[in-house]
Amino acid sequence: MINCTYQLVYPRTFSVKYSEVDIEKDIIVRPKYMSICHADQRYYLGKRNASVLKKKLPMALIHESCGEVIYDKTGKFKVGQNVVMIPNIPEKVRPGEYENYSLGAKFLSSGYDGFMREFVALPYDRLVPFEDIPLQIATICEFISVGVHAINRFDFCSHRYRDNIAVWGDGSLSYVISCLLKIIFKEAKIIVIGKNKTKLSYFSFVNETYLADELPADLKIDHAFECVGSYGSFYAVDDIIKYISPQGTVILMGVSEDKVAINTRDVLEKGLMLIGCSRSGKAEFESAIKFLKNSVFQRRLMAIISEAKPVKSIIDIHEAFADDAKNMFKTVFKWDI
Amino acid sequence: MIFGAILAGGVGTRMNISDMPKQFLMLGNKPIIIHTIEKFLLCTRFDKIYIGVHTDWLMYMNDLIEKYNLDKAKLVCVHGGVDRSGTIFNIIKQIKKEYGGNDDDIVVTHDAVRPFVTSRIIEENIDAALKFGACDTVIKSTDTIVMSKDEKTITEIPNRRFMYQGQTPQSFKISLLFDLYNDLNNEEKSVLTDACKICVVRHFPVHLVLGEVANIKITTVTDYKIAMAMVGGTKFD
Repeated sequence: MINCTYQLVYPRTFSVKYSEVDIEKDIIVRPKYMSICHADQRYYLGKRNASVLKKKLPMALIHESCGEVIYDKTGKFKVGQNVVMIPNIPEKVRPGEYENYSLGAKFLSSGYDGFMREFVALPYDRLVPFEDIPLQIATICEFISVGVHAINRFDFCSHRYRDNIAVWGDGSLSYVISCLLKIIFKEAKIIVIGKNKTKLSYFSFVNETYLADELPADLKIDHAFECVGSYGSFYAVDDIIKYISPQGTVILMGVSEDKVAINTRDVLEKGLMLIGCSRSGKAEFESAIKFLKNSVFQRRLMAIISEAKPVKSIIDIHEAFADDAKNMFKTVFKWDI
Repeated sequence: MIFGAILAGGVGTRMNISDMPKQFLMLGNKPIIIHTIEKFLLCTRFDKIYIGVHTDWLMYMNDLIEKYNLDKAKLVCVHGGVDRSGTIFNIIKQIKKEYGGNDDDIVVTHDAVRPFVTSRIIEENIDAALKFGACDTVIKSTDTIVMSKDEKTITEIPNRRFMYQGQTPQSFKISLLFDLYNDLNNEEKSVLTDACKICVVRHFPVHLVLGEVANIKITTVTDYKIAMAMVGGTKFD
């Protein structure tokens, strides 16, 4: 079968790549919904370094997507089964290691074609089946799984005093982390620190919200999640180090193009643990699906999901990215191309 | 029920690359027709896919289905007719024989030599045929169409704004197509080069489905070279 792959060749320019796909080898999925990640938007707008763009493009964007199994010679899936696709293709994973950090792992939409394709052929173990979850929500499963992964690592590594957990950032990642923390650590006080009052107002379910420049002097936190990234990383990390109690754990999740200076003197003095987290593995996708079945969680996520018009052409792809640039949180769209 | 009809009735004398009908030429690692059939097999809404093949090549086609391990349960090979309409009606007769006549049954007819058809085009054909009874896949004409009745001088230049280039699939309610075709006289039947014309001459509206420039028909050596380049390269939009 000849497959169409919609590649970004350079910022704001797509091209169609036609390539042969062997339908006997893997399971064939027709993507149904897609969601735009900040990383996709940065490629689309050309906000990555020129050398990175030169190295990675042309490449199909999008690593958050759900679809329908339409052909499976192995018989492991029923035709019509809804699945979430895992963009992480691990290589050698040693026992006890996370697959998303394994050496040689590939990530579809970072150096390899993402899901903007007519059909996606993936091995059985890169698909997670689901039922009873609206496709608009299931499509952000990868995003949720990244949050699940970070919280699992936090739970595994941090000390047990979790009265006050703070989340820096007022974007989609911060929202998802806060939602998950609220479900998983029911007794903890969840505090969100951001820069945008309107965005912070969406966090109605957390205990406290603060503007970053109005933090109370007596603020005490046990642990922190940094979900800021970009130019704000430095200020967020600096504030975290200032306000966190000794021996706290800092989960770093925001991506920055530039190197970020860290006040290591206080990190040492307070005995802090800084843990970098990115991406996720299959186990976390499966956990994310379980969380997504929770109707309260679903309703909370609906508050941050905007649906762009269905994508039937390359012009529609441009419109979806333009919509996303205007949206405060997540943009999803039906893939009808 | 929803049926696919892949038309491979021609013997392909225009190609000169080999004696083989053009749908059997290799594109990448598989013959063109196998790519086309696979695209139809990946549309889960089809109950059955019929392939109309010239009688001389029926055995060859069956061998290909075996060789490329296609889902035989979904495929039926049928003798091609003397022309395009003949092949379509041989397929329709076979459908009626196997499943009887049902007013809501539709058939999505497609050229075997258009392997670049997309699932979006197939799905929209199914939706339009179910809703309207008949549809054609078209793209806006970018070239000016010039009409000449004497093959020497221009008779007319129609306004390009209203001109489209017809592609396939073309999809119909089977009962509608059958009744309209049987209503035509022999003279009308003799000038049919296109299944949609059956509807047009009897004033039944045929809805338009947007095709793709890439959904080319591999008819000439140049088309074949373009198709091979497409599979190996990229197209800028």
